[in-house]
Order: sequence, then C-alpha cells, then structure tokens
Amino acid sequence: MRGEAAAAAGSAQAGSAGSSARAGSARASTVRAASRVAGRAATRAWLFAALIGAWWAWSAGSTSVYFPPLAKIVRTLWAQWAVGPARAQLGSSLEHLALGYAIAGLAGIGIGALLWSLRYLREATSPYLYFLYVLPAPVLVPAVITVFGIGAAMKVVIIAFAAIWPTLLNTLDGMRGVDAVKLDTARALGMSGARRTLAVVLPAAAPQVVAGLRNSLQVSIILMVVSEWVASTGGIGYYIVTAQESFDYLGMWSGILMLAIVGGAANLLFVLAENRLLYWHYGARAVEGRA
Amino acid sequence: MMGQAPQQPVGTPRGGDPAEHHPYAPVVALNGVRKAYPLRGGGQRLALGDVTFDVARGEFACVVGPSGAGKTTLLRCLAGLAMPTSGTVEFEGTPLRQVPAGVGVVFQDYGRSLFPWLTVRGNVDLALKARGIARDSRPARIAEVLASVGLADAGRAYPWQLSGGMQQRVAIARALACRPDLLLMDEPFASVDAQTRFGLEDLILRVREEFGVTVVFVTHDIDEAVYLADRVIVLSASPGVVTEVIDIALPRPRDQVATKRDEAFAAYREHLLGLVMTR
Repeated sequence: MRGEAAAAAGSAQAGSAGSSARAGSARASTVRAASRVAGRAATRAWLFAALIGAWWAWSAGSTSVYFPPLAKIVRTLWAQWAVGPARAQLGSSLEHLALGYAIAGLAGIGIGALLWSLRYLREATSPYLYFLYVLPAPVLVPAVITVFGIGAAMKVVIIAFAAIWPTLLNTLDGMRGVDAVKLDTARALGMSGARRTLAVVLPAAAPQVVAGLRNSLQVSIILMVVSEWVASTGGIGYYIVTAQESFDYLGMWSGILMLAIVGGAANLLFVLAENRLLYWHYGARAVEGRA
Repeated sequence: MMGQAPQQPVGTPRGGDPAEHHPYAPVVALNGVRKAYPLRGGGQRLALGDVTFDVARGEFACVVGPSGAGKTTLLRCLAGLAMPTSGTVEFEGTPLRQVPAGVGVVFQDYGRSLFPWLTVRGNVDLALKARGIARDSRPARIAEVLASVGLADAGRAYPWQLSGGMQQRVAIARALACRPDLLLMDEPFASVDAQTRFGLEDLILRVREEFGVTVVFVTHDIDEAVYLADRVIVLSASPGVVTEVIDIALPRPRDQVATKRDEAFAAYREHLLGLVMTR
C-alpha cells in the first residue's frame, strides 16, 4: 500500500515538469514544453493566418471604396484606435461591457442560487424566466431608453439584462443537478446551509455555471454594439454606424476589425480563466475517459 | 484497547471516556425504528420495519442483509441524514435531529462523495472547517489523519489522481478528521478490487483502535462482516427487521489468512449465509 501511495503521489506531481530533475534535463524539458505549446498554437492558428493572408493578398490592389485593401484598413485601425481619437470610443465600450457583464454574471449566479434554494419561488417564477430568456433583448432597447435615457446607464442596463439569463438558468440547472451523495456528504460533515451552498453546491455546479457565463459574454458583446447603434453618441458600435453613414468605409472596416479584436480578446481571457478555474473538472474527466 | 479478550461479552463498553459519558450508555441506540417512503401515486413502501439495537462504545458492529433490506436507509437514520417515520435514534443519549459532531460517515462511492475541486488536504480541511476547528490547528490535524491512513505524501494531489483504494482512504481520513465517537460506513469497500479491499479492511481495524472509535459498518459481504466485527446484526429482506444478532468471538488482532482459516470463521460464515440467503 505504501508503494501505491508513493506511485500516485509521484504521478500527481508529474505535472510540475520534473522539479526535482537535474538542471540540464529541466532545461531540456522546458524546451520540449515550449515547442509543444508552439506546436499546439500552430495547429490552431494556421487557418486564421491563411485567411488573413488571403484577404491581404486579394484586397491588395483593390480600388473599390467598399472593400479597401486590408493594409489600409490596418493602418486606419492603428491611427484611429491605437493612437487616434477613437480610443475614447473603445474605452467607453469596454467600460459598459465590463460593468454590464459583471452585473449579469454576479446577479445571474446570485439569483440562480437563491432560486435553487427557494423551491416555491423557483416553481412560481420558472415560466417567466424562460419567457424572458427567449425574448430577444434588443426589442427592449426602446423601453429601457424610455426609463434610463440614452446615457451610460441605459447601455449597462441593456447589457446586464440581456446577458443575465444564460448564467442564471445554467446556475439553477447546474445546482439542481448536483449529486445527492455530495449533498449528503456536506450534511454529514456538519456544514450549515450557507456553507453547503458556497463550498459544495456552487463548485459542483461550476462547470455549468461557467458555460452559462461564456454564453453571457457573447450576449454582452452583441448587446454592447446594439445599445450603441441606437440613440448613442459613443462606442465602437456608434463609430461603425457613423462611419458607414458618412461613407467612411475605411473607418467602418477598422471599427469592425476592432470589434473582432475585442471579442477575440475577451474570449481568450475567458478561456484562460476557465482553464484555471475548472482545472479539476477537465483533469477528472480525462481520468474517467482513460478508465 | 481492542486487541485482547475475544470472549468478553460483546455489547459492554470497552474504552471511551467514563468521565464524559456514562460508562454503560450505548453510543447509539435505535428503538423501534420504522422508515417508510411515500410511493408515487399514493401509498408507501416500508424500508425498515421496527429495528431495535444498541451499539456499545468501542464496538465494531456490522450490519448485513439481503439487498433491499434497507441497510442504507438504516445507516442514513443512524447518521441523522434521514428521520425515522416512527421510533427513535439516540446518539449518546440525545435524539438525533441532524448529523452530530461526534459522527463521521463514509459513503460507498468515493467518486461521488469526495469533492474533486479540492485536493486531498482540501477535502480534509473542509471537514475541519465545517466543525469550526481553528485555522492554526488544522494543518497538524490534517497531517496526522492522512498519515493514519497511509496518505502522508498525497495531500497535494487531487482525489481523481489517486487509485480507488486511496480515494476511499481519503474519505476515511476526512470522516475521522474531527475525531468522531462513531464512524458509520455504508458498504465502503464495495467498489474496489479484492486485494485493495483486504488492505482497507485491515486499515479500518487498525485506525479504529488508533482513534478509539465505535464503528457501524454496513456490508452485503458476509466474509467481510465476520472478519471485521465484534457483532453482526442481520437484517431480513424488505421491510428490514433485525432477525438475529451474532457475537463474533474470533481472536484479535485478526489476520486475513489465519482468521479466515479458523474453523470458527467458517462456522459463522455458514450460519450467516444461511440467514441471508434463505430469505
């Protein structure tokens, strides 16, 4: 049994890339790890690189005002969004996005957990929740404008309202699906109701909660743009629409590219956070897969 | 504490703290416990029909019975996880309302009862935290209890990185972390292979001496029950009632080879198999 313990403890530490190994082999394994990461990145990025390359080459000689060369768009992107006046638009968009998404995420988890623990409230509100979930949020924009005006509050409210549903419903579903043995264990360990919810139910439901948060992020970005299209004087969405209306197609394309960058970066950050947070989930699943 | 005197009448207290508890008071006492579950579409199913027995301090009691005898229901009632429909369960003289601090529970399926988002130490730490053990005394307690189950080096691993037998040892360590008076185990070794199982059986015998803990151990395995127990409580088929209580007067320390070769072991085994199989 001792051997068994040592073997498993060894395999548990194997992930930390040979900390006890000699310096030389440690360096070799670092190089190997780096080339593995590079290899994985290459596997994922080749199509992206090919498409961008094709766009660049295909548009290089373009004289169409609607489809300017990519090289020019990138120059505009830099001039406008990195060093130019559009930086303020970017900042305002990101601010609303971050605030709206944070509210949606926190409130979604909080209300989801509350509904999970209060059965009567849950059963009574369930039809309305699903109605609101399937209601396309943009149709609420006029109503929200009537109440909150056209300032920052309106945008944050729209983003939060639209993005809360995936997180809320996934939290509720995830918590309802928590294994009864885990709940029994928590009670057997003498945990109070609040501690059970925070220390057992929430982490057990985390994979589903995170899936909901991811969905909410996408909705947040969409609603960020939509809220800027309507009755607004700032933001990436506003910039794109204004550029298009004033025949500034270079500006319009640069705004669209900027939006793609924001979406891509937000998604990347999310995936990094998810991999950290749900490390245990993917690890355990991989072990199950092998068994 | 437990190593000697196999002929001592079982059911009398051996060990424990007489200053703290009445020396002859049982650790846990069931009196006329019935448990019925409502059935879908009306009516009810009686899982336990009138179960009465005591478990004395320091005793190792095994509960056996055919499948569907309500063994798990019985254990849930003993733990305070389920309330009996009628009758009482008293733990150290007080009727159970919830799981008392003096009780540790080990469930059958370690894969479901361990928390995969916490490391081995995290799992044990949570148990201590839940019972309000001060932060600065927890690391020592964790190290001690992990060493007792032979997992001193596995604290930083996640449960799912360990073998099945080791995972169940984590669950045992977690249940023992708060030094319970009573350890309840629900078919704890049913999902590990035979060799690991023998190791775990010996481990639980050693650990209960080390911690001076009373054990109620539910199993469907007659050999396991005879090997481990001071006393075997036999439940009938559904609804479960106690059909017989058998004192196991095999010498301790027990040994997987010598004990099981003993003629008395074979006799207990035969008798119990007869009781469980004929129903």
